[in-house]
Amino acid sequence: MATLLPFRSAPTPPGLPMADDKYLSIEGIARRYPAPGGGSTTVFENLWLPMRRGEFVCMIGHSGCGKTTVLNILAGLEAPSEGVVIADGREITGPSLDRAVIFQGHALLPWRTVLGNVAYAVSSRWRSAPRAEVEERARRAIATVGLAGAEHKRPAELSGGMKQRVGIARALAIDPKMLLMDEPFSALDALTRGTLQDEVRRICVETGQTVFMITHDVDEAIYLADRIVLMTNGPQAKVAEIVENPLPADRDRAALHHAPGYYALRNHLIDFLVTRSRTFRDDPPAGYDPRHPPVVRPTLSDADATAIAAARRA
Amino acid sequence: MRASLSLRAGLVSALLLLAFLTVWHVAVGGTAKTEAMDPEYAALMGASATTGKSAMPGPLDVAVTIWRHLKDPFYDRGPNDKGLGIQLAYSVGRVALGYLFAVLVAIPIGFLIGMSPLMSRALDPYIQVLKPVSPLAWMPLALYTIKDSGLSAIFVIFICSLWPMLINTAFGVASTRREWLNVARTLEVGPLRRAFTVILPAAAPTILTGMRISIGIAWLVIVAAEMLVGGTGIGYFVWNEWNNLSITNVITSILVIGLVGMVLDQLLARAQRLVTFPE
Repeated sequence: MATLLPFRSAPTPPGLPMADDKYLSIEGIARRYPAPGGGSTTVFENLWLPMRRGEFVCMIGHSGCGKTTVLNILAGLEAPSEGVVIADGREITGPSLDRAVIFQGHALLPWRTVLGNVAYAVSSRWRSAPRAEVEERARRAIATVGLAGAEHKRPAELSGGMKQRVGIARALAIDPKMLLMDEPFSALDALTRGTLQDEVRRICVETGQTVFMITHDVDEAIYLADRIVLMTNGPQAKVAEIVENPLPADRDRAALHHAPGYYALRNHLIDFLVTRSRTFRDDPPAGYDPRHPPVVRPTLSDADATAIAAARRA
Repeated sequence: MRASLSLRAGLVSALLLLAFLTVWHVAVGGTAKTEAMDPEYAALMGASATTGKSAMPGPLDVAVTIWRHLKDPFYDRGPNDKGLGIQLAYSVGRVALGYLFAVLVAIPIGFLIGMSPLMSRALDPYIQVLKPVSPLAWMPLALYTIKDSGLSAIFVIFICSLWPMLINTAFGVASTRREWLNVARTLEVGPLRRAFTVILPAAAPTILTGMRISIGIAWLVIVAAEMLVGGTGIGYFVWNEWNNLSITNVITSILVIGLVGMVLDQLLARAQRLVTFPE
C-alpha cells in the first residue's frame, strides 16, 4: 500500500514562506482563429497571470472572452497561439496527471460505475498498482466527496449534483498538484450548488490544493476564491485586474453577506461586469500594463476594519 | 395493464393464425372440374388433373412434413437427400464463417476510418462504390478465383456482411464524445488503452447495430447464394425441392429459414443490450 497511501500529503502550513511558492505562470498567451475572408480573430492576447501554490483563483468574465480556452490551455488540451504557460518550472506542452480537470458537464464514462470511473483515473496514474489498492484509493476519494455507498451505481442513476461529486472525486483521487474547474456547478440547481461549493471549499482548505476555476457567478467567486481575475470582454480580451479577496479564510456561507468588506467586494465585481468589462479595452486606466495587471483590494470602511480586528482578537 | 396488453396481443396473434390456417385449408380443399380422359393418360397426369384436387398442399400436409423432418433431422441418404438439420447446419456454418471474417476485417478498418479523417476521406469512394453492389454479383468472380463453390458462398457472405459493420464502426468511433476523449487525454491514457477503454465501449452500441444489420443481410443472402452454388445448404434444399415439385418441403423451409433468421437476430439483440449504456 506504500505507493498509493497516505491518500494525501500534509498541506503546507499557511503563512510559511516557501522558496518557490509560484506554482503556475501564464506568460503572454494569446488565442487567434483564422477569420473568414483572411486575417485572424483574436479572442484574447497578452495574458499574464502568476499563481501561487495553494491558492484558489477564480476567473470571471462574460461569455466569449475565452475563459474556457484559457482553462483548456492550462489543462494542455489546447495550445496557445502565442506565449507559454509554465507549471512547476516547466512549459506545458500537453495534458498532465499533475493538473486534474473537473469538466462542466461532469464527463463521466456512462458505462462504468462510480467506482469504475474513479478507479479508471487512479489506475491511469499508478499503472502497475494492484487492483485492490486502486479500488481502495478510489473508495477513499468517493468517501471524501460524501458518496460512500453509491460506489456501484452508474452515472445514469445519479442526480446532477452526485455526478459532479464523482467528477470531483475522480480529480482528487489522482492527487493532482492543481485542480482546473470549468464552471463546475453551472448546471446544478441553487441548493445543490451551495452544498457542493461548501464541499469544494472544505476539501481545498483541508488539502491546500491549488485551484483555477472559471465561473459566471460573482457570489461563488467571493465565497471560494483567494484572488479573482477579471477578464475584459472579447474579442481581444485581457486581464483587466486581479482582485484580492479581503474576506477572512474561515468564511461561513450563511454569514458571508454580513462579513466586513463583502459589499465593497461584491459591488466592485458587479460594477466591473456591468460596465468596465466593456469599456476597459478602449479606455484602459493610465499606466495599465497587461504584463502586470493591477492588483486591487476593495477598500474596507473604518467600521469594517474595526470589525475584522475585533474578530482576529477574539 | 402491461401483462393484459401482451395477453391480448397474444390472443389476437393466435386468432390471426387460426384464421389464416382455416382459409388456407378451405382454399386448397375444393376440387376443380375434370375432363374425361383416357385411363392410361390419366395415370400419367396425377391427382390434380384426374380428380381436380388442388396442387397446393394444405396446412395438414405441411404439418405432417414438418413432423417428419423433426423426427429425423440429420439423415443422410446421398447428395440429393439430406435431412433439414444437416442442410441448416451447412448454411449456418457458412454464414458464421463469412460473418466472422467480416467482423475481423470490418471492425479494425472501421476503427481506422473513424479515428483518421484522412483514411475516412481516402477510403470513402471505394466504400460508396462497393457498398451498393449486390453480393451475388461477386459470385462469378469468386468462383473463378477461388475455384471452390463452398468457399465462394462464404466469400459472398463476407462481402455482404462487411459494409454495415464497417460503416457503423467508423460512425460509432468518429462520434465518440469529445469530453470522454478529453478525460482520457487529461489522464495521460495511451492510444491503445484509450481505444479499448474509451472508444470501444462508447462505439459498442453502434457497432452492434451494424453487426445486427449484417447478420440479417447474411442470412438473406445465403439462401440465394446456395441456390447458385448448389450441393448443400438450406438454399439448395429449397431449389432442389422446387425441382422435385415438393411444395410442402418448400413451405417448410420458408418457415425454418424465418425461424433461424429470428434466432440469429435475437442473439445479436441480446448482445446489443449487454453493451448499451444509459446516459
